[in-house]
Amino acid sequence: MAEQRVQWFKFASPPNFYDLAGRLAPWFGGLAAILFVVGLYIGFILAPPDYQQGNSYRIMFIHVPTAWMSMFLYVLMAVYAAIGLIWRVKTAEVMAKAIAPTGAMFAFLCLWSGALWGKPTWGTYWVWDARLTSQLILLFLYLGYMALHAAIEDRQRAANASAILALAGVVNVPIIYFSVVWWNTLHQGASITVTSAPTMETVMFVALLVMTFACWMYAIAVVLWRARLELLERERRAAWVLERTGEKA
Amino acid sequence: MIEFLAMGGHAPYVWGSYGVALLAMVVEMVLLRQRRKAVNRRLARLARLNGEEGGATSPDV
Repeated sequence: MAEQRVQWFKFASPPNFYDLAGRLAPWFGGLAAILFVVGLYIGFILAPPDYQQGNSYRIMFIHVPTAWMSMFLYVLMAVYAAIGLIWRVKTAEVMAKAIAPTGAMFAFLCLWSGALWGKPTWGTYWVWDARLTSQLILLFLYLGYMALHAAIEDRQRAANASAILALAGVVNVPIIYFSVVWWNTLHQGASITVTSAPTMETVMFVALLVMTFACWMYAIAVVLWRARLELLERERRAAWVLERTGEKA
Repeated sequence: MIEFLAMGGHAPYVWGSYGVALLAMVVEMVLLRQRRKAVNRRLARLARLNGEEGGATSPDV
């Protein structure tokens, strides 16, 4: 047990994290590419048109995974930020900072695909209902986190201040999730159990699941890649970086 | 094929969603690649400077 714990803590040290992330990231990236192809094939070729919405419902296969990712990644970012804040784990601080741009990208893609889905379905790109507004706030929280990080010169103070912002913003995640229950929204409720022909439901659900895994794998690959660069910049004068200088990051 | 691309009249919405998603991911990867090059350049310069100082490396890890 004790030995196992030592093993895990070992990966928190910058050089070990750097090497491990470098070995893992290409695998996650490759897996993401395969899963995107499979997911799009199921979602566009195998899944039939929706009996009500026709083909516009296929936006779901990018809209829902990006929405989930934007929320998951925010919580993950806050957890890493908290670990960095409390235990001063450098790699956790780096991970929190590395997650933010990818999380912001997913939040934006969720809003974008949602707007393009809303037009043919609701007749409008945007409406200030609770779900849409709280998701927009999530995007602003990501951007605020990144801006705060960039605005403070001292690395440690930047990490601390933005960690507190990230933690305070976590309250928004359950608000997004339950907004469709708590308030009367134009946005529909959770539709994983949508009632239609069961065979259709299954193939759509599988496409959604595969696309979600694809987004996860993509996010992990990109975040690990960014975290490595972040570590190199932070630790550029450390011996372990100098040892690896000849090698490509 | 044409019928598939038309998406039952919803082509701009469907392809607009997926197109921008693809674009965002490609842009993210291009930016990361550029950053990697910048970091590598910076590290190479640091290594050169260290070499001129007789290989002395700072001890702070």
